[in-house]
Amino acid sequence: MTMKRRTFLKGTLAGGALTVAAGSGLLKPTDVLAAAWPKGAFDAKSEADAVNAYFGTSSASDNPAIKVKAPIQAENGAVVPVTVEAGVDGVESIAILVEKNPAPFATSVDLSGTAAGLYKTRIKMGKTSKVTAYVKAGGKLHTASSTVKVTVGGCGG
Amino acid sequence: MNLSRREFLQLLAAASAAGFGLPGCDKKGATTGAPSDPYELPPFGNVSFLHFTDCHAQLLPVYFREPNINIGVGGALGKAPHLVGDAFLKHFDIAPGTRDAHAFSFLDFEAAARRYGKVGGFAHFKTLIDTVRAQRPGALLLDGGDTWQGSGTALWTKGQDMVDACKMLGVDIMTGHWEFTQGAERVLEIVENDLKGHIDFVAQNVVDNTFEERIFEPYTMKEMNGVPIAVIGQAFPYTPIANPRYMFPEWSFGIRDEAMQEVVDEVRGKGAQVVIVLSHNGMDVDLKMASRVSGIDAIMGGHTHDGMPTPTVVENTGGKTLVINSGSNAKFLSVLDLDVKDGKVSDYRFKMLPVFSNLLEPHAGMAAYIDKVRAPYLGKLNEELATTDSVLYRRGNFNGTYDQVILDAMREVRGADIAFSPGFRWGTSLLPGDPITMDSLLTQTAITYPKSTLNEMSGETIKVILEDIADNLYHPDPYYQQGGDMVRIGGMRYSIDINGTIGNRIGDMQLLNGETIDAGRTYLVAGWASVQEQPDELPDIWDVVAEYMRDAKLIRVDEPNLPKIKGAKGNPGIA
Repeated sequence: MTMKRRTFLKGTLAGGALTVAAGSGLLKPTDVLAAAWPKGAFDAKSEADAVNAYFGTSSASDNPAIKVKAPIQAENGAVVPVTVEAGVDGVESIAILVEKNPAPFATSVDLSGTAAGLYKTRIKMGKTSKVTAYVKAGGKLHTASSTVKVTVGGCGG
Repeated sequence: MNLSRREFLQLLAAASAAGFGLPGCDKKGATTGAPSDPYELPPFGNVSFLHFTDCHAQLLPVYFREPNINIGVGGALGKAPHLVGDAFLKHFDIAPGTRDAHAFSFLDFEAAARRYGKVGGFAHFKTLIDTVRAQRPGALLLDGGDTWQGSGTALWTKGQDMVDACKMLGVDIMTGHWEFTQGAERVLEIVENDLKGHIDFVAQNVVDNTFEERIFEPYTMKEMNGVPIAVIGQAFPYTPIANPRYMFPEWSFGIRDEAMQEVVDEVRGKGAQVVIVLSHNGMDVDLKMASRVSGIDAIMGGHTHDGMPTPTVVENTGGKTLVINSGSNAKFLSVLDLDVKDGKVSDYRFKMLPVFSNLLEPHAGMAAYIDKVRAPYLGKLNEELATTDSVLYRRGNFNGTYDQVILDAMREVRGADIAFSPGFRWGTSLLPGDPITMDSLLTQTAITYPKSTLNEMSGETIKVILEDIADNLYHPDPYYQQGGDMVRIGGMRYSIDINGTIGNRIGDMQLLNGETIDAGRTYLVAGWASVQEQPDELPDIWDVVAEYMRDAKLIRVDEPNLPKIKGAKGNPGIA
C-alpha cells in the first residue's frame, strides 16, 4: 500500500505538465490529497474491475486521438516512462493501466476542463504487457494502448 | 584482380537499382578492366565516406570466421544479411574459392585462412585507409563503435589504447555501444578531453532519463569539397537492456526513430546536401529504420557484424536510402563515394574492401604505437594456456567452438550442471595447431563485468530465460531484436522453433544423459556477464577458462553443442 502511494505521488509530481497544471490552479486540490485516493481502483485485480471502480463504468471506446507513448522494450521495468496525449476536448481524467500487473491500476490524474490532456509519468511493470490509457472526456471514456516488452536481457552483440 | 569487371558491373547494377543516373562513367568505367592492385579503387564523385565498425579493440591482425548460421525470419528470410555460405556468394555474385569468398563467408575456413592469412590489424588498416583517402581529399572516416572493448589492453587501459589508436588512424566521427560499459563517467571523460577537436562522438538516441535531454551531440555538420554534409549518430538502442544499466544509470537509449526524423529534417533545413546516419542499430533495425525515416542518403551501420559487399537499397516516402553494414574486427573498410550535383546525391559507388594483412605494408608509426601500448602487458598476454587441435570460433546464431570451450570450463571448474555463455558476436578465431594465449582468450571474454556466476535455477526459470533470449533473436519485428546471438548452452540439449512466438519456441529440454529438464527441479547453472552487479569475490571468467585450459593442455572441439533447429528447412541463413 505505501509502495503504491509513493508511486502515485512520484508519478503525480514527476509529470511536467502536471506540475504546471497544479501551479496554475487547474488541478482540483483534492486530487493530490490522500482523501482522493482511489482505493477501489488500486485494489482491483483485473483491469475491467479497476476501470469500473475508478470511472464507474468499464465501457470505453478506442480513440485514435489518444496517443500512448511508451518504449517498445522497457530499459528498467521499475520505471517505465509513459506519456499519454489525449487529443480530445474537455479531458476530465486520465488513468493508466497495466493489464499484466498483479494490480493493473498504475496511476491516474483528474484535470479541470481547461487543462491540456497531457500526462507524462513513470510506471512499474512486472512483465511484458499492454499499457492502456483511459481518458474521460465529455462524459465518455476513450481508450488507447501500447505494448511494452519487459525482458531479462543480457546478451547484446 | 579483386575489383574485377564483374564486380564493377555489379556496382552498376546496384547503382541502377538505386534509381540514380550514371552520367559520364558507364562506358569509361566498364573498360577499365582488372586493376593489378586489389586495393586500387578509382575515386568517384565529390563526397566520400570511409566506414569501419565493431573492431572490438583488435589492434593486431586476426582470423575471423564468418557464421554458418545466421537465420532470418519473417520479412528477413532469405535476404541480406541473413545469408550464409554458398547462398551468400550466389546472392552477391562472388566466385567460390576466391580471396573475397574467404573474406565474406565461412566456406573452407581453415584452408582459406592458411592460404590468405590474417585480416585486419590497425597498422595494416592505417596503410589502407591512408591510401584510399589520398585519392579522396576531404573524405571522412567514420567509426561505428564497439571500439574501446574486446582486448586485454582495452580493458586494462579503460579504452585508452583504442582512443589513441583511433586518433592516429584518423577517425573523424564515431558513435558507441560497448564504449558505454566503460561507465558513464569514463565515456564523458574521453569524449570531453581526448576526443575534443579530433573525433566527434555523436548519438541522437542517448538522453538523460529525467529530462530526456541529449547526452551527446546528435550530429555533426561539415563541408566536404564545398558540399555541406551531416553525419547523425545512432548508438546501440538496447544498451541498458543488453549490458549493465548500473554502469550508466542516468542514461536512456531506445531507437527513437521519430527523433531521428526530426534531426534529419533539422540538418536538411540547415543546408545539408548529404545526410549519413552512423549507426549501431544492427542491420535488421537499420533496414526497418530506413523504411520509416526519410531524407537519409545512407545508413552506415554495425553491431550485428554483418559484412555486406553491396548496400541494400530501401525505399521510403522521401526516396531511397542505402543500408551499408561493414562487418567487424577491422576486417573490412567500406568506401562510399557520392557524386553530389545541384544540391543532392546524383550517383554513387560503393566498395567494401577486405583488409588482408599480407597484402598491406604495416604503417610504421601505428606498428610502433601498438608495440608500445602492449609492452607493459606482454608477459600476461603471451602466456600460452593450451594448444588447439580444432578451429576455434564464436560467431553463429547458436554456438561456436570457442564458446563450447568456455561452457566446458564453467561446468568443470565451477561444478555446474548447466552453463550459459552470452551470445556475443565478437571474439576472434584460431586455427588448429595455434597456441591459445591469454591474449586470444581475452578476445572472447574481456569485459568490465566479467564475474563467473553460479546460481540455482528451476527448470521453469531456465525455460523462461531461453524463451526471452530467443525472442530477442527471432522476433519477426526487427525493432524487438537486440542483435546478439542465442545464449550458448552447455550440459543441456533443447530444440528451437525459429518461427514460434515467445513461450513456445523452446522445447525438448534435457540433460546430456537424456533426463528431461523438470520445470520444478533446481539445477546448478554457471554463467558470466550478468547484467546485475555481482560480488567482487567471484572469479573472473578468463581465470576460470584459463584454469581449465592449462589443465587440458590440448583443446579439441569437433562440434559445438547445437539445439535441434525447427522451421529452418531451406532457409539460406543456415549451412
